[in-house]
Amino acid sequence: MPEKKIKKVKIDGTEVVCERDETILEAAKKAGVEIPTLCHDDRLEPYGGCRLCIVQVKGVGRPLPACTTPVTNNMEVCTENEAITRIRKNLISLLLSNHPNDCMRCEKTGDCALQDLAYKYEVDSSRFKGEQWDLPIREDNPFITYEPNKCILCGRCVRICNEVVMAGTIDLVGRGFNSMPDTAFRKPRSLDNCEFCGQCVSTCPTGALTDRKGRGKGRSYDMTKVRTTCSYCGTGCNFDLNVKKGKVIKVTSAYDTPVNHGNLCIKGRYGYDFIHSADRIKTPLIRRGDSFYEATWDEAIDLIADKFTGLIKKYGNKSVGAFSSSRCTNEENFLIAKFARTVFKNNNVDNCARV
Amino acid sequence: MAEKKKIKAKAKTKPSSKAGGADEKGLTIRVCLGTGGLAAGSQEVIDTFRSELHARGLGADVEKKCVNKTGCRGFCAKDVLVDVIIDGNLSTYQFVNPEKVGRIVEDHIINGKPVEEWLVGPEYHTFHDKQTKILLKQCGQIDPEDINAYIEIGGYEGAKKAISLTEFEVIEEVKKSGLRGRGGAGFLTGLKWEFCSMSRSETKYIICNADEGDPGAFMDRSVIEGNPHSVIEGMIIGGYAIGAGIGYIYIRAEYPLAIERLKIAIAEATDKGFLGKNIFKSGFDFDIRIKEGAGAFICGEETALIASIEGKRGMPRSKPPFPVNKGLRGKPTVINNVETLANLPTIITKGAKWFSSIGSEQSKGTKVFALTGNIRNTGLIEVPMGISLKEIIYDIGGGMEKKNRELKAVQTGGPSGGCIPASHIDMPVDYESLMRIGSMMGSGGMVVMDNATCMVDMAKFFISFTQNESCGKCVPCRIGTKRMLEILTRITEGNGKEEDIDLLIELGTDIKLSSLCGLGQSAPNPILSTINFFREEYESHIKKGICPAGVCKALRQYVVDTTSCKMCGKCARVCPSGAIIWLPKQKAFIYKSKCIKCGACFDACPFKSIT
Repeated sequence: MPEKKIKKVKIDGTEVVCERDETILEAAKKAGVEIPTLCHDDRLEPYGGCRLCIVQVKGVGRPLPACTTPVTNNMEVCTENEAITRIRKNLISLLLSNHPNDCMRCEKTGDCALQDLAYKYEVDSSRFKGEQWDLPIREDNPFITYEPNKCILCGRCVRICNEVVMAGTIDLVGRGFNSMPDTAFRKPRSLDNCEFCGQCVSTCPTGALTDRKGRGKGRSYDMTKVRTTCSYCGTGCNFDLNVKKGKVIKVTSAYDTPVNHGNLCIKGRYGYDFIHSADRIKTPLIRRGDSFYEATWDEAIDLIADKFTGLIKKYGNKSVGAFSSSRCTNEENFLIAKFARTVFKNNNVDNCARV
Repeated sequence: MAEKKKIKAKAKTKPSSKAGGADEKGLTIRVCLGTGGLAAGSQEVIDTFRSELHARGLGADVEKKCVNKTGCRGFCAKDVLVDVIIDGNLSTYQFVNPEKVGRIVEDHIINGKPVEEWLVGPEYHTFHDKQTKILLKQCGQIDPEDINAYIEIGGYEGAKKAISLTEFEVIEEVKKSGLRGRGGAGFLTGLKWEFCSMSRSETKYIICNADEGDPGAFMDRSVIEGNPHSVIEGMIIGGYAIGAGIGYIYIRAEYPLAIERLKIAIAEATDKGFLGKNIFKSGFDFDIRIKEGAGAFICGEETALIASIEGKRGMPRSKPPFPVNKGLRGKPTVINNVETLANLPTIITKGAKWFSSIGSEQSKGTKVFALTGNIRNTGLIEVPMGISLKEIIYDIGGGMEKKNRELKAVQTGGPSGGCIPASHIDMPVDYESLMRIGSMMGSGGMVVMDNATCMVDMAKFFISFTQNESCGKCVPCRIGTKRMLEILTRITEGNGKEEDIDLLIELGTDIKLSSLCGLGQSAPNPILSTINFFREEYESHIKKGICPAGVCKALRQYVVDTTSCKMCGKCARVCPSGAIIWLPKQKAFIYKSKCIKCGACFDACPFKSIT
């Protein structure tokens, strides 16, 4: 085991101690200093594309990107000075110069990193006028809407698709001013080339990639986030139901979720239609003859208890067992196993995930 | 696979011709078969020589033994160049075409009288006299497709010697020689090797960067086409020094001839046991693989090049970690330019002391430049570091192409470099001096411009190149260069604003400071250096609406000089927009509002009356 090297770093005068190969950005977070960035996502490898996180390191001539530069012992970092602010302002102005700037009608207003930075640094699109992308909105699939004009090429969608999901659906195509994330041969997204996990949407800092099902139904600040656990499998991913007026508009997940760090699959992110479905069964149903009738939970549980007690009496406790579902959470599966062992007094426990 | 077999077969079945040597009759004919020569028709010339010699029945197989193809010898402006050597007497012919071959064979080879009027003039000699040739020495002399030719002139001795030394000794020797990377930044090669050799890893790689992409630059191509074995030998030396078992040559696919010659050279070297397992019976294994680029300029940047070899999109990443610690597939990797590697065999055989005696204080050895632009002698030159620009332009280059024009500026370092004004022509050409003046050595492009060049237009050309070639990863390079290009475009179209110059300076400075890789960090150089030295030209475009060089079309104003107009009406007939009023026996008149500034009248006027 190599010896742990402790590095002391000063960020804007605050000293922090780093024990791993932290980047300046991570060290700054420890020091409670916020460095602006658009291309960084904790789930992804450092990238250094947006250049907004450049900081001045004492003794180094040119500014360095905080997200990719590892700290060294006794490093002194200044995260904001006149030159850095000027460069950041120019960079944001450049981004806005190829952006529709239609925040009034944008899906992402209020939850947009670019909007926040433009506000913070007090810049608009007026400084650098020039050619702007005028590409059509892509709604070629049921889940993900792509507005290329709003893309800032931070590369987060591309990286999450390749580094985390490993689906390889999109990559940067083209060169120079016209490079943009797209599918191979710019084909529409379909199940042939995309998993529709929506991870790209989850990391997009602007309104370029949005959840199609939630479009036009509310901004993030209109919605209450209700944290819950996904009911599709035993992994137990946590997510937030974004609820407006009692209706689930969309599903998002935050990095602080312990199991999944904000990552979700197609089921968790987009499989919530059942919540408000008219066909959803909301009460227990008991069969009477050829049809079912809606019963109360007490009725249903009493009926199950009676039947099981009868079977055990007649055929012995080994004759019954519990078979649970992989769609239940870990805790639910634990409870059913415990129920079998303490109530049935046997070990007849199984789960569909084993099959 | 089939292709591989074909190349191997070609390598094996070839008769071993001697390097520059003559046959029993003492006759050697050397024809330049570099890309430049081929474009000028050298393949037909060499074929005609062979058929003429055969037809005259000059002994058995004389046409195969005595007619040799060589690589580029540099003076491309005079192609096709042919050397005829009879009993050690060398005569060089210029502008040879198949029609001339018959007379050369008849008069010179058979009757022993050289065809004087087709021989090269004194220019050819002044072009070569001021040069110091290390790398290019063999390029125009040996057959690049014959390993024996290379071995005869001492080839692979450097590799043999290096392997007999310890790795440490080789690195020390290269460090002592003061050799610096010829790809642009000028990092000390020996030091780079030392860093890599200190990185602990069982697998290491050495990569030869042959992705030469600067507009107008063809140094690496010529070295590979003319002497591919020198690059392979350099890689063996480097691979041995750092402990790499595999070398990659990353070469652009636009160089088919260079690729073919490399493949032949690798096959030949493998057959001879210079590549493969246990080379020179030393226990050292070394193999070379070729990776063809797909036409992206950015892949000349080392981290983008690595990404490309790995099969990813050619896109640079932040350093550190540097490739010497974490390069190809995460393993320590040294990347050297073609020219750097080709220098190594000579450094090892002749010694560091010899090498460091050439050049200037901090820049050792020679540098190959591709001399292009408005200069008389265009071509490939090799000069000692520290030579003055003046010597290059006037002695080697022969001065301006058009006699009535003056030197205005020199652009070095390709699209990343800056412009050096004529007033600084006495400056020495080395890494530091070029950097100080706002340009750079770069890979070795040297574009000479006369006073008919518009500096704003020139800057626009280079920034449009870098903009097109930007990978799009970082904001300043992707959008910043685009906006700079747009500002320059509006200046050249007469729509510039007074604040544009300051805006260009601010934006250019910020792009340099904040871009991720060398491409963006140097992209504004052509603009910033031209503003620095030719600010009045920018101001003239913006404030007066005049392009002093008369290049920017939109700023041209065509008027008829009524004193010299001969009333022929040719201008009115060619004008596509009906802007010229002319009636027989009357002088022409151009309506400004209708003129689209196409210049058709200017070209059509036989009396130069339209200005």
